[in-house]
Amino acid sequence: MASAFDEMNGADGEIREAYAALKRWLDTAPPDHLALRRSQAELFFRRIGITFAVYGDSESTERLIPFDIIPRVLTKPEWTRLEEGLVQRVTALNAFLADIYGPRECLKAGIVPEDLIYRNAGFRPEMVGRPVPHGIYCHIAGIDIVRVGPDDFYVLEDNARTPSGVSYMLENREVMMRLFPELFTENRVAPVENYPDSLLATLRSVAPKTAGRDPVCVLLTPGQYNSAFYEHSFLADKLGIELVEGSDLFVREDVCYMRTTEGPKRVDVIYRRIDDDFLDPLAFRPDSVLGVPGIVSAYQAGNVTLCNAIGTGVADDKAVYSYMPDIVKFFTGKDPILNNVPTYRCREKESLSYVLDNLHELVVKEVNGSGGYGMLVGPHATKHQIEDFRRKLKTAPDGFIAQPTLALSTCPTFVASGVAPRHVDLRPFVLSGADKVRIVPGGLTRVALKDGSLVVNSSQGGGTKDTWVLDA
Amino acid sequence: MLSRTADNLYWVSRYMERAEFLARILDATARLATLPAAYGGAGNEWQSVLLTAGAAEAFEALYDEPTERNVTEFLAFSPENPSSIRSCFERARSNARAVRTALTGEMWEAINGAYLELRRYDPKSMSREEFARFLEWVKSASLAFDGSAYRTMLRNDNYWFSRLGVYLERADNTARILDVKYHVLLPENETVGGSLDYFQWSTILREVSALTAYHWVYRESLKPWLVADLLILNRQMPRSLASSYENIVRFLDEIGRAYGRQGVSQRLSRTILARLENTRIEDVFRGGLHEFISGFVADNAKLGSAINDQYLV
Repeated sequence: MASAFDEMNGADGEIREAYAALKRWLDTAPPDHLALRRSQAELFFRRIGITFAVYGDSESTERLIPFDIIPRVLTKPEWTRLEEGLVQRVTALNAFLADIYGPRECLKAGIVPEDLIYRNAGFRPEMVGRPVPHGIYCHIAGIDIVRVGPDDFYVLEDNARTPSGVSYMLENREVMMRLFPELFTENRVAPVENYPDSLLATLRSVAPKTAGRDPVCVLLTPGQYNSAFYEHSFLADKLGIELVEGSDLFVREDVCYMRTTEGPKRVDVIYRRIDDDFLDPLAFRPDSVLGVPGIVSAYQAGNVTLCNAIGTGVADDKAVYSYMPDIVKFFTGKDPILNNVPTYRCREKESLSYVLDNLHELVVKEVNGSGGYGMLVGPHATKHQIEDFRRKLKTAPDGFIAQPTLALSTCPTFVASGVAPRHVDLRPFVLSGADKVRIVPGGLTRVALKDGSLVVNSSQGGGTKDTWVLDA
Repeated sequence: MLSRTADNLYWVSRYMERAEFLARILDATARLATLPAAYGGAGNEWQSVLLTAGAAEAFEALYDEPTERNVTEFLAFSPENPSSIRSCFERARSNARAVRTALTGEMWEAINGAYLELRRYDPKSMSREEFARFLEWVKSASLAFDGSAYRTMLRNDNYWFSRLGVYLERADNTARILDVKYHVLLPENETVGGSLDYFQWSTILREVSALTAYHWVYRESLKPWLVADLLILNRQMPRSLASSYENIVRFLDEIGRAYGRQGVSQRLSRTILARLENTRIEDVFRGGLHEFISGFVADNAKLGSAINDQYLV
């Protein structure tokens, strides 16, 4: 593994332009000032309640996600290119979904193998031949980006189901602006606070034809025991829409209503943060108590819009991911602006034997896994773990892909020993409405706080940073 | 607003109010239990407090003897008693968390603070003095919540449903205090209004922070019918049934006006208030205090389920 690109110090140790002002500030700020600000930031997060789930009924089921006070900085040209690449990728993603649930041109053309779609756990036969409002399936996407050099950005994952984390993007900025107002006068940072407005505009744009001028949008949550409940209530509040649970909604004659103190009220758009499987006990898992019986039938009748659509999981499958460059080219007619990380599909014989021979150097991922679970990081794994994965790969090769271990870029991070480089990734949130694609500049930067660690997931000890896109 | 949101707000208030009620009756019982028999100490105070709390049956399923230790544990700390002070705070917080955005920051902090603080109390090693301090703390936590709701909430349906919870619970609690004390504490050979039950009546007043109020209103020594008058019919007394129902009618009217529709709840609440307004305390005693109170508790519960059917499901 090559040594990592540091976003502040660059490849040659010369401070990169984007970080110049930040570096001066880091050099002049007394260390106890930073420590003080960090504890203030933590206090702030506790007070506003990001820790809700921390005091769960079993005392410590969840924690505060650590926040690093040193921001991650992107320049305007860097962001412009990323933005173009993201729009292109998500546009292709939506076209791909419309195609596989519609004419299936890309399967006929042999771009993606058919069985990869039809045997995919995320594929929903219920959606075949049923166009969705305005042809948009993935209204909210979280595209995970990693960087390995000054100009080398890769897409690591497309999260096309119910990506989370955007509340941290918003709260991180809020905290930074409160604690370090001086930094924002020295650096012209593009704002992110318009995200809720953009999201609401996106949701309203895809309302069904039956909706009036002022469509009723709601956010559907699995409830307060879900780990992302804080985000759900935060977003509903910022959007000014009702936060509903399955039992607040009901369907009568294919029309969806919510139960209010003034009687039933018709619902037009549902931003749902419940997985397909639990959405409707009549259509999917019959044991689901989180969902709304009949909602799928109301959806199919075109009386309510679900965001995201049912069946988007087929597009964020890691096996399908490996075909994304071809998918982008097929549907947009252009070369992808953002590349994939080179990926070995273990379902292919030659790839499998290469992977088995090089397990100690590769990252192996479960095709349907997420959250950093079910993953082998070869260079950091024990012999036992490697042998364990070798067995799994031989038994069910279709379930895995492998990628070279990337030297993820590092950013200066405030840790116990002072300021030190730590690996980061980036999750921008891409909103696709009937009228246009909207992206607020930046996204959520996740940072692996352990020295040398490449796993940024919060469930595995990762933290977050504010992400700046400099506007000048 | 969502029915579930209204339901949660209503129950948050009920649980916080109930926690305070429990603290008050436990405090009064501890005081009463120390009285010598000649002054009204009847020896069955800990049994009686279970009846007041409406929890005797649930208690007997879990414990043998209504000793001080068992009863205080059951009413204050037991997770198995769905109406213990602990359970009330936990349920209030769980309801509040589900509708976090419908609460003001101050209300949330009051509830969350109480919930977190509660964990610091260890019932096992608690002395009588510590327990008394604990009860004081429960009262102040409930007051902090009530005050934060009163001072920070927008006056819309969120507020009205939250207040309905307070007053419905309060009316129920006041009625229970009156009923159980009257029948359980008074020894059989003692006449109503005799000298022996002086301390029992003063305890009732103490429970509802009304001992001083009594003297200001009546300027007399304690008389059972005047105590009953104060707690049932006197509209100046903020815990009285009449005062609670004035508020219930007012908030139900606000809701009816805002929604442009009246229903069973509005009609029923006005009927109950009218009954209270048209009753003299002599009538209450002539028909029997216990009968009057039982009728009231049933009416109050009926209104609770009418509100539930009309708005909360």
